[in-house]
Amino acid sequence: MTTYIIRRLLYMVPIVFGILLLTFVLFNLIGGDPAIEMAGKGATAETIAEIRAEYGLDKPLFLSWDSQFINHFKNALTFRFGRARDRELITDKILRGAGPSLSLMVPMFFGTIAISISLSLVVAFMRGSKWDTLIVVVCVAGMSLPYLSFILFGQYFLAYKLGWFPVFFSHDLSTARYVALPVIIGILAGLGSYLRFYRTVMLDEMRADYVRTAFAKGLTTSRVLFQHVLKNAMIPIITQVVLAIPFLFLGSLLLERFFGIPGLGYLMVEAIGARDYFVISAMTFISAILYVVFNVITDVCYALVDPRVSFD
Amino acid sequence: MTDLQSATGLKSQKGRSLWADGLCRLRKQKLAMLCFVIVAMYLSLAVFMYLAETFQWDIDVANWSEEVGDSYQPPTIKHPFGTDIFGQSVFRKTLYGAKISITVALCASLISLSIGVPLGAIAGYFGGIVDEIIVWIYSTLSSIPYIILIMAFAVVLQDKTLFGVKLTGITAVYLAIGLTSWVGICRLIRGEVMKRKQSEYVLAARSYGCPAPKIIFRHLLPNVFHIVIISFSLRFVSFIHAEVILSFLGLGEANRPSWGAMINDARIELSRGVWWQMTAATIAIFLISLALNIFGDALRDCLDPKLRTQ
Repeated sequence: MTTYIIRRLLYMVPIVFGILLLTFVLFNLIGGDPAIEMAGKGATAETIAEIRAEYGLDKPLFLSWDSQFINHFKNALTFRFGRARDRELITDKILRGAGPSLSLMVPMFFGTIAISISLSLVVAFMRGSKWDTLIVVVCVAGMSLPYLSFILFGQYFLAYKLGWFPVFFSHDLSTARYVALPVIIGILAGLGSYLRFYRTVMLDEMRADYVRTAFAKGLTTSRVLFQHVLKNAMIPIITQVVLAIPFLFLGSLLLERFFGIPGLGYLMVEAIGARDYFVISAMTFISAILYVVFNVITDVCYALVDPRVSFD
Repeated sequence: MTDLQSATGLKSQKGRSLWADGLCRLRKQKLAMLCFVIVAMYLSLAVFMYLAETFQWDIDVANWSEEVGDSYQPPTIKHPFGTDIFGQSVFRKTLYGAKISITVALCASLISLSIGVPLGAIAGYFGGIVDEIIVWIYSTLSSIPYIILIMAFAVVLQDKTLFGVKLTGITAVYLAIGLTSWVGICRLIRGEVMKRKQSEYVLAARSYGCPAPKIIFRHLLPNVFHIVIISFSLRFVSFIHAEVILSFLGLGEANRPSWGAMINDARIELSRGVWWQMTAATIAIFLISLALNIFGDALRDCLDPKLRTQ
């Protein structure tokens, strides 16, 4: 078990190297030097040089122990991302944004999972019936509606017109109040694709012999569904669930943008608007690292849940 | 053979290819065919808009920039989706938006296919160190959440001059989408080629000295091409949605109407009760996505019943 985990962790090294290489090429080589743009119009050469020195952009790109390339690696691996364009520490910004993002994403995520898994069990049981067809049609229709429309119409009708929820985030609102509507919209928007995925997974299991045996020996429907089918359908579900966790930290770009929630998604949207490569680069790196780590966790979970997966 | 046929009175059954068989089954599904017609209509609309712009045809419908009335006129029969802040017809803007969306999705598909398919085939066929390098590249790309990756590319590429070409508007958008979305198809093709490279026809080709590139491109790829088609009929939707989100975030086309920009305008308009611009964009995106989703599923079921939604 320990050797398995260590080996999986070693696989991470080339991937992390690749991610750092990609962010370096993207933001430092192709992105270029933002100093002139940052100094603004009519800036003197000294101001530009000062900004370059402040962000370490005056150093050679490669071929030196103090080059931008080496520093990029050193800083990222020690999680010191330096300052954003507005001179605030990126780490502070990210830590501040993580709270609101998580308080939005965690209820949304568990809501979606719980609703879609239980619905998918029901749908899989009623396969071939009119209800099954209807639900599949609704799912495909839901998948085809743009995410932005869900958000805009939801915000307009439920918050603005009916006044059931606050339209925007404000600091004097309790978390539950401002998070409620984005969570509902997020669940509705994601339900289609999740439900369709779980339905396929469940249907595959329902055709298996052990289900027929379980019914034949007189077990109740709920017992077969929740104790036998659900357990066997766990593998693809775990993959989806664990690999979705890194996205929880990232927050939701669009939901946070619309509801003014000061999370990481909002930070990202702001950074895109300001062309702030420093923040985008840091966010790209952190999200990728989270994904890689959770990938390892998924593999370990597989091995724990499924006795057929060996540790070799 | 003819003797035998005449003797037994049986006609030999002509074999049908995978494509003929799949298309025959597809043609029987009325809903899928309807969806195909809708997709074809969007495509021809985009082509029409191109022609109208290139040859400067004087047709009302193609002339989106014309002021047809006051700003924010509610829908009428003449202008089915009313007018926007500049008094331009929202209906015409929506039609023009189809051109932008289809162009982005098609170019992104072409870019991502021309990277993903050869790389996947080469990795699967040669194995060894080549395979490891290609797998490393795509594992790296796929470890960054898709939406962040697209945005990072789009932000960096926007308004940059690369190799003497200035990347403005939608060029940066489809480059960003294309360069980031080849991982899925690369993985699929790699797996298929690995599976098929031990089959008899490949061994036969290899035994009479057929060079590797010819085996890959003439023998193997035609046999896995249906996977490419299925995957892309389903991926097209996500490209269209990505374009909408990027335009919405201000990373797309700035001077011409697109569905994402229309939704961005609608953000402020909705609170004033101007709902038609939002509704028009939503319907336009919804129709083509629904049609592509249903058609893609039907195509998958007909051509390859074993392949499930990834």
